[in-house]
Amino acid sequence: MRLSHFDFLAPATIEEAVGLLQSKGADARLMAGGTDLLMKIKLGAIKPGFIISLKKIGGLDQISFDPTTGLTIGATALLADVADHPDILKHYPTVAQAARGTANVQVRNMGTVIGNLCNASPASDNAPTLLAMEAVLHIAGPEGKRKLPLDQFFKGPGMTALKPSEIVTAVGVPVLPPNAGTAYISLSARGKLDCTAVGAAVMVTMSGDVCKDIRLFVASCGPTPLRAVKAEEIIRGKQISDDLLAQAGSQASQESRPITDLRASGEYRTKMISVLTERVITEASKKARG
Amino acid sequence: MKQVIKLSVNGDPYTVAVDPCQTLNEVLREELNLTGVKLGCGSGDCGACTVHVDGRAVSSCLTLAVEMDGKEILTAEGLAPSGETLHPIQEAFIDKGAIQCGFCTCGMEMSALNLLQKNPSPTETEIREAISGNLCRCTGYTKIVEAISAAGEKMREGDR
Repeated sequence: MRLSHFDFLAPATIEEAVGLLQSKGADARLMAGGTDLLMKIKLGAIKPGFIISLKKIGGLDQISFDPTTGLTIGATALLADVADHPDILKHYPTVAQAARGTANVQVRNMGTVIGNLCNASPASDNAPTLLAMEAVLHIAGPEGKRKLPLDQFFKGPGMTALKPSEIVTAVGVPVLPPNAGTAYISLSARGKLDCTAVGAAVMVTMSGDVCKDIRLFVASCGPTPLRAVKAEEIIRGKQISDDLLAQAGSQASQESRPITDLRASGEYRTKMISVLTERVITEASKKARG
Repeated sequence: MKQVIKLSVNGDPYTVAVDPCQTLNEVLREELNLTGVKLGCGSGDCGACTVHVDGRAVSSCLTLAVEMDGKEILTAEGLAPSGETLHPIQEAFIDKGAIQCGFCTCGMEMSALNLLQKNPSPTETEIREAISGNLCRCTGYTKIVEAISAAGEKMREGDR
């Protein structure tokens, strides 16, 4: 498996990178870690004439936390650094958990969270938790900068709301509300290394035993990570009970559109969505109550 | 068009003209003849091609050589630079019978080093997690896990 020929460009600024994307058009592909992009080229799925690396752009690998504005993860910050970052472990442990659960050690030392998002796989490990926490993408393009809530980003497998010549420069996660708890559980055939077959991520905001607010996302069970809106409605504003959890789990299964593929059967996924929904809400509400 | 990169491999400086579509694996094996670096799956799943770049274990099959300008590379050959005294990890792999066909060994050792440098006394679970990106089709992993644990002990004693 050799790579087909391309020219390699490593701009020093975002503006330069946007300019290159504009001049090279559809023949150019952006690269952060390259673990997904180079595989697509090796498999012949794409044959770009130009690769534009983001790695020489200063500051793009930064991870920063501010107690008022929250967390910012730059486009070339490595999965391994997100998984080990002290502020992320302290304030966003589920974000670290998802990064640590992505692929293997070697890939985490090369790949990036943003790359995982932009690849737009329905099985992305990093999308569900960030969606649950209302993450926002920072985007730069020919018309300047804009922000886009992550829940408006995914349009289908490999498809995003990015316009031509736009670059995701960072993902921001707001400070979590007081008494919020998060949880993410994913299942795969081997448990390590292989792609998630079914997963669920949630953020709940509690007031005692009552769930004030909830954001629940199901992974790998539709063309994009799916928000289980009706399942949320069952829980929101109520005191969490076993009966309510069972109803929410069943509803989340009904809202999903799992297919059968080599990772799992549709039937298995449907059943597991229900189980995982109950488990993540239970875990997150426990964490929220400290 | 080829680009000239300067890099350090196992402590030695190299200047190489590389094609942008050449991987680090191709350059190490084919230009520098460092064939301890294997090519298995070519897709970042098997770990046979694992090398360290600036102290981090990566899959050389998914790393572009052109991006290695100014980087420090360590391959299994660099574990025992003199060729006479083996690294404690290599000694432990031999002592514990952790090598059968040998194809995965160099990659396994690089992943072991990546772990032991950060965590000199790992638990069995930590070892198994650390090598979850390295496939072995001979040993069943038990001997490899034992070897990495023993290597950790040796390295702590020798403080290497």
